[in-house]
Amino acid sequence: MGTVPSALKHCLSYQHLLKEQLWIAEPPAAAHPAQEPQASGLPEYIKIVEVGPRDGLQNEKVIVPTDIKIELINQLSKTGLPAIEVTSFVSSKWVPQMADHKEVMRGIERHPGVQYPVLTPNLQGFHSAIAAGATEVSVFGAASESFSKMNINCSIEESIERFEEVTKSARNMNIPVRGYVSCALGCPYEGNVLPDKVAEVSKRLYGMGCYEISLGDTIGVGTPGSMKKMLEAVMKEIPLSALAVHCHDTYGQALANILTAMQMGVSVVDSSVAGLGGCPYAKGATGNVATEDVIYMMNGLGIKTGVNLCAVMEAGNFICTALNKKTNSKVAQASFSSGTIN
Amino acid sequence: ASGAYPKRVKVVEVGPRDGLQNEKNLVPTPVKINLINMLSETGLQVIEATSFVSPKWVPQMADHTEVLQGIRKSPGISYPVLTPNLRGFQAAVAAGAKEVSIFGAASELFTQKNINCSIEESLERFEEVMRAAKEASIPVRGYVSCVLGCPYEGKISAAKVAEVSKKMFSMGCYEISLGDTIGVGTPGSMREMLAVVMKEVPVGALAVHCHDTYGQALANILVALQMGVSVVDASVAGLGGCPYAQGASGNVATEDLVYMLNGLGIHTGVDLQKLMDTGTFICNALNRKTNSKVSQASCRL
Repeated sequence: MGTVPSALKHCLSYQHLLKEQLWIAEPPAAAHPAQEPQASGLPEYIKIVEVGPRDGLQNEKVIVPTDIKIELINQLSKTGLPAIEVTSFVSSKWVPQMADHKEVMRGIERHPGVQYPVLTPNLQGFHSAIAAGATEVSVFGAASESFSKMNINCSIEESIERFEEVTKSARNMNIPVRGYVSCALGCPYEGNVLPDKVAEVSKRLYGMGCYEISLGDTIGVGTPGSMKKMLEAVMKEIPLSALAVHCHDTYGQALANILTAMQMGVSVVDSSVAGLGGCPYAKGATGNVATEDVIYMMNGLGIKTGVNLCAVMEAGNFICTALNKKTNSKVAQASFSSGTIN
Repeated sequence: ASGAYPKRVKVVEVGPRDGLQNEKNLVPTPVKINLINMLSETGLQVIEATSFVSPKWVPQMADHTEVLQGIRKSPGISYPVLTPNLRGFQAAVAAGAKEVSIFGAASELFTQKNINCSIEESLERFEEVMRAAKEASIPVRGYVSCVLGCPYEGKISAAKVAEVSKKMFSMGCYEISLGDTIGVGTPGSMREMLAVVMKEVPVGALAVHCHDTYGQALANILVALQMGVSVVDASVAGLGGCPYAQGASGNVATEDLVYMLNGLGIHTGVDLQKLMDTGTFICNALNRKTNSKVSQASCRL
């Protein structure tokens, strides 16, 4: 298809394209009618929940110093992201990466309009989180018994009881609680997971007071087909506005799955800057979907997110440099010609 | 709203041509032949074998005659080859080609930079090929590059894509493959472009050729399927980087595409395991990591 070297030489630089071209800049103020999300049945606004500092870093091999974590979160706070999952109040015995949860919670800048939820697996973690200044917490359930046992050493029912203690205390203190359901599209131990099971666990979490349920494709095996079936079952029990999807890109399906969820009306999407966080169940495989790639798609669809893509790429560049690793974001890979921006 | 999906999708494997052409390392002829032979065992129905261009322009494809004559041609499988002009067409037919492809573009600047002429002039060249192909009863597939964006012009109008597609279809191309050459498209621009093109070319004659440079390929393909497109190009192991963005990826990986289609219950006839084995083979031969996420993930359900 022609000589490569001359094409590269004469081509518009990508930095130029970034600034000039619609497909990478902020979504157009007046969306082209053919691109209006309502016309294609998509939500007008998607809330992006950034899980890089917690879910992302937790699954990185290298232990990240506290000041780097704080700097990452501070940079993310300036991107327009409405929610940034900061850390996890679990025992450092289980998750050494999150041992500095108190310092991180106390050390970050708190920007108005940004939520900073933290994971709290039980009442003890919850109290510790509140003492450190947390104003929103998350609890993690699973749609698979085997996963629940292997991950937190108890049955789904027992975990629900633990979470009920947390939500009761949280309610008393007006602290919102987000519920996660892992293995929503498949389990590394059990294989297939029934949509009805996902719906059942989601309903329990919602019923105990979680304001939002994030459905996680923990090992990334889901496809638009299984996403649709699972959401159909869950939507019978939970209002659409209370649902979020947390897709892993281990099999490259994340954006297609997120698109499917959005076509069904879901308007909250979890993602991780630079696609931080591998899959602990598949060596060498990727994990979280990259926030940059999600925003790129939203911008192209004319869907508002409030997030500045270039700012996220800078934060991604920062953390990848600190971790001495390559980004998992394709948008970032395509945009950096020499590893630095502008 | 998500519409119904096609029951079957034809996967057009472009790894041996589009993939290898954009790989830095020159691949020895026996490796190319083995790659195509392995692909022939996977259930794929169409495997783009090589390109009859001058080796001065594309050294990777200098062995086009040897490759086409050396591969085992399985019955029921088509092995199209690129032919940029009449001379290439004649060389291809002499070497045994039974199907050819021609490459147009929806961007004037891209055409100038790429093949040193205007879109109009390129179509005149193709007319010569079409005439000869019709006489020899050789089917011709038409490609349109830059359908969702151009590395030189930036934004490309859907009307221009439709215009070029219509011309190539009217000339006699049995299928038009719409290429997101630099992978900048998103489901929004894909939908808009297809809506306009489908007014000029029947959807049954359309294919999409998505690059994954910005990670958007599968989402774009999903939207194309929802609009009725049932032919999708892909490259085993996601071979082929993007020549316009250093270090970036190019073609969407066939393994990842088939994984998604399987999950949607869409029939492809392709054996995913055999495909992954083929991807492993060529990546070892190229001494590179696969671009397929399905291949990278070792955890199986």
